[in-house]
Amino acid sequence: MTPRRPVDTGDPDRLYTVTGGRSRADDAFDLVTLVVRESEPSAGMQSEHVRILEMCRHPTAVVEIAAELRLPITVVRILLGDLLAMGRITARHPRAAESVASLPDSALLKEVLHGLRNL
Amino acid sequence: MGSVTSELPAGRTPLADAAETGLKIVIVGGFGVGKTTLVRSVSEIRPLNTEEVMTQAGVGVDETSGVAGKTTTTVAFDFGRISLNERMVLYLFGAPGQERFWFLWDRLFSGTLGAVVLVDTRRMDDSWYAIDRLEHHGTPFVVAVNRFDDDSAGHSLDEIRQALALPPHVPLIECDARVRRSGKDVLITLVDHLYDLAMARETTP
Repeated sequence: MTPRRPVDTGDPDRLYTVTGGRSRADDAFDLVTLVVRESEPSAGMQSEHVRILEMCRHPTAVVEIAAELRLPITVVRILLGDLLAMGRITARHPRAAESVASLPDSALLKEVLHGLRNL
Repeated sequence: MGSVTSELPAGRTPLADAAETGLKIVIVGGFGVGKTTLVRSVSEIRPLNTEEVMTQAGVGVDETSGVAGKTTTTVAFDFGRISLNERMVLYLFGAPGQERFWFLWDRLFSGTLGAVVLVDTRRMDDSWYAIDRLEHHGTPFVVAVNRFDDDSAGHSLDEIRQALALPPHVPLIECDARVRRSGKDVLITLVDHLYDLAMARETTP
């Protein structure tokens, strides 16, 4: 049997189906929000939800989930919103992403510099 | 490997369980300038590719897509990552500089630490628009000139600064995007610049 493909991203109809017709994503999920699962997948769950829970045994960024699932960011945000509402995941949001205008402080940047120099 | 990692796709290394803070740096530049090469040279994972869809209205999945779907545009981008320490992970995004991409800037890259404009001296026109847009968005940036093997024109940095009408406070450096050490220096130049900006802001009464 052919394994079920997650979604054909080239077809908006399929995206519409995956999200149950919803188009508004949960904006709280930044590209680099780290997602960790709180429980194992259970029977009867939507296959995309199962795959996300399988990936998020360890912290995983939203953008990595999107790349692995081959789904647009918006669709992944919607799916993550579902899982969050079900209490299946927790989200570690970035500090610096609260507003477009917020700029990082020097203490954070010092840590980043230290990390880069140690590469 | 044991069953712990068996669920991960081949080649995907998990982050540390203590990882809690994701950070972003965006590398902007025209097609073929070496964005992905730069990401690859410093990333701890093979660069991945993903995409975002947008409609004319700027909303995500088009609600009327069942009818036509022709207003949907897709913007694709590459990314890699660097674990800075147990808690912090830096994501590097290679973003195309074309016009439609900037409609998605706020949705994708709000909260980014800063940006690198990667320049090919043979196609400097491509860079003007990116610099203009970054200034418009208030995103701090540095400019890195990717010196290709066959870059025989040999413009000096002063000439390039002039050609790009780059203000004196914006750092301008040369790099070889294929070399890890060089890519790392570009990132350090950017974060050094961001640090100076932050210090100036924090010490201003």
